[in-house]
Amino acid sequence: MAETSAPSPVAEPEESTVRESPVLRFMARYSILLILIGLVALVAVLSGGVSLRIGNLLNVLRQISVIGIIALGVTMCIITAGIDLSSGAVVALVSVVVASLLQEPDAMDRLYPGGQPWPVPVVIVIGLLVGVFIGFLNGAMITQLRIPPFIATLGMMTFARGWGFIYSGGRPRGSLVQSFQDLGQGSVLGIPNPALILLACVAITYVILNHTLWGRYTYALGSNMQAAVVSGIKTNRYLLLVYTFAGFLAAVAAIVLTARIGSGQPGLGLSYELDAIAASVIGGTSLAGGLGSAGGTLIGALIIGVMKNGLDILNVSADFQQVARAIIIVVAVTIDVRKNLRTT
Amino acid sequence: MSEFILQMENVQKSFPGVHALKGVHLDVRPGTVHGLMGENGAGKSTLMKIAIGLYRPDAGTIRLRGREVSFRSVHDALAQGISMIHQEMSPLPYMTVAQNIFLGREIRNRLGLIDHRAIDEASARILAELNIAISPRRIMGQLSVAQMQLVEIAEAVSRKADLIIMDEPTSALTEKEVAHLFTIIAGLKKRGVAVVYITHKTDEVFRITDEVSVFRDGELVGREDTANLTRDKLIRMMVGRTVDQFFHKESAHIGPPVLEVEGLTRRGHCRDVSFSVREGEILGVAGLIGAGRTEVMEALFGVAPHQAGVVKIRGKPVRIRSPADAIRHGMAFLTEDRKRTGLYLNLSVRDNIAMPSLRKHLRGLFLKHKALRKLCSDAVTSLRIKTPTLEQLVMNLSGGNQQKVLVSRWLATSPFLLILDEPTRGIDVGAKAEIYRLMSALAREGKAIILISSEMPEILAMSDRIMVMHEKRKVGELARGEASQEKILHMATGEPLGTFQPAPQL
Repeated sequence: MAETSAPSPVAEPEESTVRESPVLRFMARYSILLILIGLVALVAVLSGGVSLRIGNLLNVLRQISVIGIIALGVTMCIITAGIDLSSGAVVALVSVVVASLLQEPDAMDRLYPGGQPWPVPVVIVIGLLVGVFIGFLNGAMITQLRIPPFIATLGMMTFARGWGFIYSGGRPRGSLVQSFQDLGQGSVLGIPNPALILLACVAITYVILNHTLWGRYTYALGSNMQAAVVSGIKTNRYLLLVYTFAGFLAAVAAIVLTARIGSGQPGLGLSYELDAIAASVIGGTSLAGGLGSAGGTLIGALIIGVMKNGLDILNVSADFQQVARAIIIVVAVTIDVRKNLRTT
Repeated sequence: MSEFILQMENVQKSFPGVHALKGVHLDVRPGTVHGLMGENGAGKSTLMKIAIGLYRPDAGTIRLRGREVSFRSVHDALAQGISMIHQEMSPLPYMTVAQNIFLGREIRNRLGLIDHRAIDEASARILAELNIAISPRRIMGQLSVAQMQLVEIAEAVSRKADLIIMDEPTSALTEKEVAHLFTIIAGLKKRGVAVVYITHKTDEVFRITDEVSVFRDGELVGREDTANLTRDKLIRMMVGRTVDQFFHKESAHIGPPVLEVEGLTRRGHCRDVSFSVREGEILGVAGLIGAGRTEVMEALFGVAPHQAGVVKIRGKPVRIRSPADAIRHGMAFLTEDRKRTGLYLNLSVRDNIAMPSLRKHLRGLFLKHKALRKLCSDAVTSLRIKTPTLEQLVMNLSGGNQQKVLVSRWLATSPFLLILDEPTRGIDVGAKAEIYRLMSALAREGKAIILISSEMPEILAMSDRIMVMHEKRKVGELARGEASQEKILHMATGEPLGTFQPAPQL
């Protein structure tokens, strides 16, 4: 296919290059964005405009923030032609660790009589370190023990989930200090904190992917590992970094979620990794590696969020929502696959 | 019965933006080998994909044995006795040879279950008929490329195909394997099978074809009986220029040695190899496939570890433990398998060119995109890489342009030494000529070049000095003046010089 559509090589450059109409190229490039816009319009019409109220829009942003943050890390793993299945379990583990250190004295007393909540910044750092450590272990298993990412992170998923239950004794930890809860429940200039944190994570991931060595090497690794080695890329180092970063982002998501609901729970984040993968793939990330972006993943998360929100407004039952969601995922990815076919 | 088995008349085909075939004719006689030559993108493969029903023509008629046909799928064409051996084969690696041969046509027993024994026996019969010594029970993935190709031919024969299309079947074969393939093709001819043989290699045209059709830019330039052709005429037809201009070798000033390798040993791959390259010099590395040529260079470049040996750059010993070390010291390695170890197929031309140079274009943690874009657009201009934009995915370029992307990737790192491993494999004549021209220009600039090549004319024409390898060792060196095809082959096959016999039949 590639050979026949390629221009013949001896003639001067610029001649006989493939020309598409600008409209078509725009549509192909932004097909996912167009799907999102179409979905928003559809929901607006069906809900009689209710869905477009500012309050509701901010609500959608808040709802997708946790999955969105996780999905950014998962996207980087998928770009390297890998995967991270452990993120939902990391959310649970970090959640109970963080919560256990932040309970009000009277709540803490029941388990650790006389205990005091730790300073919030210290606890946040500890929570992030737990995520970083687990991500690092994932990366180490993949690069040093040569375990395929699917298996390594599948193992880590049950490992982290198990530790979450062991650590918490299977009980939720409530009555968290208010200053911590404000982190997830407050807002700045009317925009909910979780949404702001999500947008910050999108910006950071965008800069990493497009403006650092690490980012470009991430694409190189996923596109052709052997070529990356010959190009002088220390592939193990950057793979390790990618999985560590994914663990970090899962921890960020855990902290946001724990603060928002005001308690740490070992059952939290169940199957979040799958939602994150869905957001990533809807956003144009290729499971074959080498393709994906931070902006695309944000849009992918928004598509899932807008749809869920629309179904909520329309009072569709949770059971039907699952079915509807499956359909949207398949439709969105199908349209996106078409886009890839056209450009390759 | 018509005189021709296949007649294609006035075939037209367009793809978005490309007029791939502009009214092409092709007549193929039974029991002959019909060569198709032309650059990549000239339309040969497109025409053949139409012949087997993979593409549908926009206009034109196709006659098979005199009857007009219109294939709706490859399945149709197979049923009518046309088979194609594709350049990139897709066997099922975990299945046996027999299972691959009968894929989709499994013989069943009375219960409707697959009769493995019958399949094995039928396969063994076909393989024996064709003189192919491969057991039908072997696992496909364990075969060499050459053996897999032979299995595909057996499959075509088992389908009773009387027209077999081969798309550059020898691009990954050793001389011996090529010779074997050619005897099998000769056998097919005797059975009355017509073979359409797509190739880039002029010598193969003369060794095997009965007539040749040459394509350029989607048009048929000419059709000739091979007996009436000369090499010069053939190349002129393909590229519209003469042979002297093809291997463009300029004399360059040869300076002091810039790289010295002493006793390089990589367990299982090369033993005690020593050589040096000088400034402005092209050192050819000849040898049969498997002689260890690529393996030496992989050890030198840090792709694979070596157990012993000293590498000196401008007289100073250096340690190279990884490609990153090699690149830092100013070395570049154009690997032989473009797709496997070279290209980032689903990334842009820009990413493909810039990847090893990124490190040199950092401001703090961040990439200097402006400088990088200039680096890449300069490379595209100076090597005349045909691409609509820098953002084009490299998989959409032709083979020759992909190779130029890889060359420019390494030139962008400003190396003092370039290792070029089969730099012209699988690219068209025009792009080859450009690569030769570029090699001469680089040598004149004072760069040292190591050229690994299996194409004898190429290595003889371009090298200032040739080192020959045999069974993982270096067996000797020949200066430009004293090198000849015979001497190289003797050394490469392990026969001592002096026991000269007539050149082995190729």
